[in-house]
Amino acid sequence: MGGGLLEVRNLTIRFPAGRERASDTVPVAGVDLDLARGEILALVGESGSGKSLTGLALLGLVPHPGRIGSESRIRLEGQELTGLKGEALRAIRGRRIAMVFQDPLTSLTPVLTIGTQLREALTAHRKLPRAEARRRGQALLAEVGMPDPATGYDAYPHELSGGLRQRALIAIALAGEPELLIADEPTSALDVTIQAQILEMIDRLRANRGMAVLLITHDLGIVAGRADRVVVMYAGQIIERRATLALFRSPGHPYTRALLKAIPRLDTAALELTTIPGSVPHPGEWWTGCRFQPRCGEALARCATENPPAVPLAAQGMSRCWLPAEPEP
Amino acid sequence: MSAPVALLEVADLVKRYQGRGWRPRRRTVYALNGVSFSIAAGETLGVVGESGSGKSTLGRVVVRLAEADGGSVRFEGTEVRSLPRRALRALRRRIQMIFQDPSGSLNPRMRVGEAVGEGLEIHRLGSRRDREARVRQLFEEVGLDPVYADRYPHQLSGGQRQRVGIARALAVDPTFLVCDEPVSALDVSVQAQVLNLLKQLQRRRGLTFLFIAHDLAVVRQLAHRIAVLYFGRIVELGRTETLVRNPRHPYTRALLSAVPSPDPERQASRIVLEGEPPRPTHLPPGCPFFSRCFHPPKSARCTTELPLLRPVGESMVACHYAESS
Repeated sequence: MGGGLLEVRNLTIRFPAGRERASDTVPVAGVDLDLARGEILALVGESGSGKSLTGLALLGLVPHPGRIGSESRIRLEGQELTGLKGEALRAIRGRRIAMVFQDPLTSLTPVLTIGTQLREALTAHRKLPRAEARRRGQALLAEVGMPDPATGYDAYPHELSGGLRQRALIAIALAGEPELLIADEPTSALDVTIQAQILEMIDRLRANRGMAVLLITHDLGIVAGRADRVVVMYAGQIIERRATLALFRSPGHPYTRALLKAIPRLDTAALELTTIPGSVPHPGEWWTGCRFQPRCGEALARCATENPPAVPLAAQGMSRCWLPAEPEP
Repeated sequence: MSAPVALLEVADLVKRYQGRGWRPRRRTVYALNGVSFSIAAGETLGVVGESGSGKSTLGRVVVRLAEADGGSVRFEGTEVRSLPRRALRALRRRIQMIFQDPSGSLNPRMRVGEAVGEGLEIHRLGSRRDREARVRQLFEEVGLDPVYADRYPHQLSGGQRQRVGIARALAVDPTFLVCDEPVSALDVSVQAQVLNLLKQLQRRRGLTFLFIAHDLAVVRQLAHRIAVLYFGRIVELGRTETLVRNPRHPYTRALLSAVPSPDPERQASRIVLEGEPPRPTHLPPGCPFFSRCFHPPKSARCTTELPLLRPVGESMVACHYAESS
């Protein structure tokens, strides 16, 4: 693990009141993230947790009319990214930080070949002769495991399978030689056997390039063997931050505990599965007190009225909860 | 399992899709290619497969939302494929379907109470007053407060919408439910609620399920037996416990090992398949799994001779070398 690469402090995203909203909503509230070179950090949450919006904010892509709060700090190797515009922003976006999304079919242009789209990415930040772009493009396709890079380079997106499209998309993201890859549900649209291949490949890229990866996902299962650390979001806040093994062995927050129990397991079939009552609150429908409290089986009286503190756990871990932390094994 | 009377019997089912386009490039895709199984009353048969395996087509053909091109579907001994319209309508009181995305299968302009009562109306069951009472009762049965009956689908959460989808299916008192990915659009914390509800309903009403999903860990929670589908053919069929603990087909083994598991200890033994699946329009003459197969005894025979589903141990397996797994 190298030094610190990304430092996010107090990231807060507001959507002002308007025709669609009666009052200001704050779907992301006070998020802190640290990411070192060559590290995989998983950002896990259910729908409405604010995980995708957090990823978009790092690239200055918060959808209108949302805004990053003035109290928020996003630093890449010490350089402040909030407030960057125009050329300065373009020097970061796609170049030092790249992003891939869930559905490669909507992220790729259907009317251009993979090669054209790769060349576009390769020449966005520097001048390259066409033949050289082709050579580098095919090398990138080979790096992401495209079985036949020359054919893949000339193919249109619809001619490729879902797994190959996702590989092509990742190759395009790599064109700027980013130091940080943000992967938002990169495998959720794929079959499980293909999913395993893609995750393996991302892990290899991280190791070979020393690239940091922010893996955004709803699926704790894909995190288990792959991420170095995990951050769990619920209703716009980080509720737990842990080293991956520690999280799975001794989850600190009642939500993480409940979520892990609710995942259907292959090795057992229970007569009655463990559930979390109720549903995830809508973004912005927050209240004072713990945001998980209405669904929490272990809630105390104060949880309903007082915001829970961020309690430090071993190895820079954290759990946002009023309950005393359980001793770690 | 002793063989009780089968409620549903499917034999040699074939469904083709003709490719559009110019002559030389027109290709036929076999979404189902000789699928046979039976389901006993009160049983859940799980069908797992990846995209393009034909699992959704199977569900649609069974309820005749799509017409098969060959084979037979018998429900309580009656051939479903040749049923005339009127009889088909009667059949649909017995067979209902639950879809993946309840926001796609519910009319956005219809209050969900009306959506649930619609089936009663279509089948002319009870008076208007009876129907309203029945809808309230159905809401309670699926764990929804009846006050939600006056809401529109977009005013409900995903889990609540899926409960509406289930209530609607139950309205006409079916005996058989085809569930096509009923929980895959839901948040993990809500998935388990819906799975528990389906289990309860089965116990209480003695329902029979054809439960289709891509997620083996989900299917495993409900199914008594599991059929694994690959490119329109069953490659393994067996009791859930046997199939999960002692899979015989290499594809089943890969599928089991690829299921994301929140267990850090389970990660090491993972099988990651090499290679790409074949294109459905260009299936090889032999085993469709050959290009990705990692099973050591695989041989030239696999490239020329299609392995047929045959009894191996306690399961049915379509692999020439299933004995050496």
